[in-house]
Amino acid sequence: MSESTPTSQPVSTALRNLADNLLKLDDLLISCMRCGFCLAVCPVYGATMKEADATRGKIALLEFLSRHMINDPEAVNDRLTRCLLCGSCQAVCPSGVKIMDIFLHARSIVREYLGLSATEKLIFRSLLGRPKLFNALLGMSAKFQGLFLREVDPALGTHKAPMLSSFIGDRHFPRLAGRSFHSRVASLDEAAGSSGLRVAFFPGCVSDKLFPEVAEATLKVLRKHGVGAFLPDGLACCGIPALSGGDMTAYHTMVAENLALLGDAGFDRLVTPCGTCAATIKEFWPKLADGYTEKDKAVIRDLQAKTIDITAFLCDVLKVELPAASAGKTRVTYHDSCHLRKSLGVFEQPRSILKSLPGHEYVEMAEAERCCGSGGSFTLKHYDLSKQIGKRKRDNVVAVDPDIVAAACPACMMQLMDMHSQHGDRVKVRHVVEMYADAL
Amino acid sequence: MPINPSLVKEFESITGKEQVLTEQADLQSYSYDAAVLTPVVPALVVAPTTQEQLCKTVKTAYDNGLPITVRGSGTNLSGSTIPQGDGMVILTNRLNKILEINEEDLYAVVEPGVVTAQFAAAVAAKGLFYPPDPGSQSVSTLGGNVAHNAGGLRGLKYGVTKDYIMGMEVVDYRGELIKTGSRTVKYVTGYNMAALMAASEGTLGVFSNMTIKLVPPPKASKAMLAEFDDVNKASEAVAGIIAGHIVPCTLEFLDQNCIRYVEADTRAGLPVDAAAILLIEVDGGHALLVEEDADKVMDVCRKCGSTNIRIARNAEEKLKIWEARRGALPALARARPTTVLEDATVPRSQIPAMIAAVNATAKKYSLEVGTFGHAGDGNLHPTFLCDRRNKEEFTRVEAAVDEIFDVALKLKGTLSGEHGIGKAKAKWMEKETNRATMEFNKNLRLALDPKLLFNAGNKFV
Repeated sequence: MSESTPTSQPVSTALRNLADNLLKLDDLLISCMRCGFCLAVCPVYGATMKEADATRGKIALLEFLSRHMINDPEAVNDRLTRCLLCGSCQAVCPSGVKIMDIFLHARSIVREYLGLSATEKLIFRSLLGRPKLFNALLGMSAKFQGLFLREVDPALGTHKAPMLSSFIGDRHFPRLAGRSFHSRVASLDEAAGSSGLRVAFFPGCVSDKLFPEVAEATLKVLRKHGVGAFLPDGLACCGIPALSGGDMTAYHTMVAENLALLGDAGFDRLVTPCGTCAATIKEFWPKLADGYTEKDKAVIRDLQAKTIDITAFLCDVLKVELPAASAGKTRVTYHDSCHLRKSLGVFEQPRSILKSLPGHEYVEMAEAERCCGSGGSFTLKHYDLSKQIGKRKRDNVVAVDPDIVAAACPACMMQLMDMHSQHGDRVKVRHVVEMYADAL
Repeated sequence: MPINPSLVKEFESITGKEQVLTEQADLQSYSYDAAVLTPVVPALVVAPTTQEQLCKTVKTAYDNGLPITVRGSGTNLSGSTIPQGDGMVILTNRLNKILEINEEDLYAVVEPGVVTAQFAAAVAAKGLFYPPDPGSQSVSTLGGNVAHNAGGLRGLKYGVTKDYIMGMEVVDYRGELIKTGSRTVKYVTGYNMAALMAASEGTLGVFSNMTIKLVPPPKASKAMLAEFDDVNKASEAVAGIIAGHIVPCTLEFLDQNCIRYVEADTRAGLPVDAAAILLIEVDGGHALLVEEDADKVMDVCRKCGSTNIRIARNAEEKLKIWEARRGALPALARARPTTVLEDATVPRSQIPAMIAAVNATAKKYSLEVGTFGHAGDGNLHPTFLCDRRNKEEFTRVEAAVDEIFDVALKLKGTLSGEHGIGKAKAKWMEKETNRATMEFNKNLRLALDPKLLFNAGNKFV
């Protein structure tokens, strides 16, 4: 293939720098052979059927941008952000293209050129990077949220906020917890329990602030199985929102804060009820540690080996005995979080747990592994698209007529709640560990 | 060249604004397909969502002299969906409804944008079978399959896409709907235009819907893997199986290079010292008959000198046997950045000569190559590995591919078994046929496309 002619327009220095920086990804970009297999699994392409929304299109556009065949970084960035980072494409790519690496680096490179919006700066740098301030502000917001929240579905516990619709759309979401998990359990430093294990407990932002019952259930389960918990005060966000937003400065700040708190603590595993946090710590922290000190690199390698989601911890580490499936009355189905299934290969464990619950009957939905459309900040930026993708998930859930749809990732839980609340479905959304804890 | 704004408005009035793409970033994303060729950015992309919109879109484009390239998912390996710079792309991926699956008369009617694997699954859910299974079936569209007469692994016993087209509706250059074929097994009332449309690569008209034949699925199957220390012996086994009047549903081949690439990539425990392996599956209506066929196949392989034969005793072992074949393309694709996947096809008996020529050519040009393919069809996929950024190396690949075409034609084979001619092989067409044939093709094309706007530059120069 010969090179296409670059566009003839004059190119600014900044644009040339952008292209040069993207060229550093060339060895990764070149391995895409344009077979298009990613189109079959991309949730965004599935909704819009536009090539530029699929991975193949995005990779081609990055290559064209790096070679000055297109000189419109904003348009490319716009397409680049229409991605859930769900990893479905990487899981089926025959060429083994390192798609997640490409997208995260490219987002940061293009962001550096375009700059962050004021909102993004506020969220990534002032809030997520400063956990204590974030907690304090949310604590206040939780008290005053009654002023602008309208309850929509008492059964699901969802609300909407018409006054904020220009910012968050007409989404239905759970009320900010009156008391976050953190405000009840600020820190823990327990010795190994009867299991002989002591684990670091990483609740994750969404569990902490929106679903404290998930964090509490995790803690209950750990205690029940004689596992000591270590939870330092002031754990920061795992960094994924900043990383997907292309703000590397904020990302590194968050990781550094967490490393300082986790580095010397001594524990056997790091357990989290959030598939996304687990995948970020295991996959992205090691990949993006180039400039770190040797000590931090060693801590990250250690965390990479020790981090595990709660369902895998129960099944693979504690090897808890699960009773045989009982055909109960409550129908439960399971949605695979992309990070758990595609990044970490965790999909049997949550199902085994659900199948063992007394009084429940497990039913598998169609396309359980297909992304729910949440994608963290994706749902804030592209809410309509997110809803469209979520609708397909919602339809698949409803088709098996369950009482409960379970997930093992709080971000997916938010999306499922929104979808079911919007459609007035009588389907409860719960975390697998909550249900397991209930049965103890 | 930017397109006339009033013409854009006209398309928008046909399909709605959402379905007309004019932004550079969108247009650029339709400048390529899976062929390793130079991208060409179209001037406009229109995605009709109904048959009526499709007819009007074609008419408006044709009346205004816009070159038209029809695209489904853009997975072809011949460059046939790379557009012309001043032309438009008509996307058919939103015309994706299965209109009917008729279980009594064993046919289905589909729009061109239905994805092959989704169609096969929908048909299977009704207890029926659509056999053609091109490698890109998870994403390829049936319209694209017809336009390229796509093949796959089941060609030997079940045939290829053309064998399943019972009828079609095609939009002609005037935007009129042309009907051919019927829902009946027999049909002799008109020209067999559906057959003409198969492998027409978007040069004769735009498909609006297809009536597709379905068959009952096999009730039993058995898979085997046979190793050979000599390509000739593997080839004799292929001939022997067919001469023994057994037609396996799949009869696949991996050469030593390919086996080694797969083993390096998967560590599946493949025999890296074997000169070739055959992957064979027989199927049929009754388990006992299938067992009998499987025994005969193993007998033939043994007689032809197979050094080791494995038969799958259960579903898990069957999956394991097919692992080598499934891993072939990924292993080759991961070895180097660029994969040039060819599909020159020769009479079955010429497979050893073809493999020898491929390896000699690769050696002559100092290139890496691995060959796998459909041995029962003589349809081989010599796959050259390179880095398209390295111009000098890529020139050698092009030279090697040219030589392979020459060999295939000398062995009384053909340029392409299933990928198509497109832009990639258009210059070779006359060599396989002759001047008169090319003129005949051109006259035929002019009759159906007087302004030569349907995918010009494809099929022949």
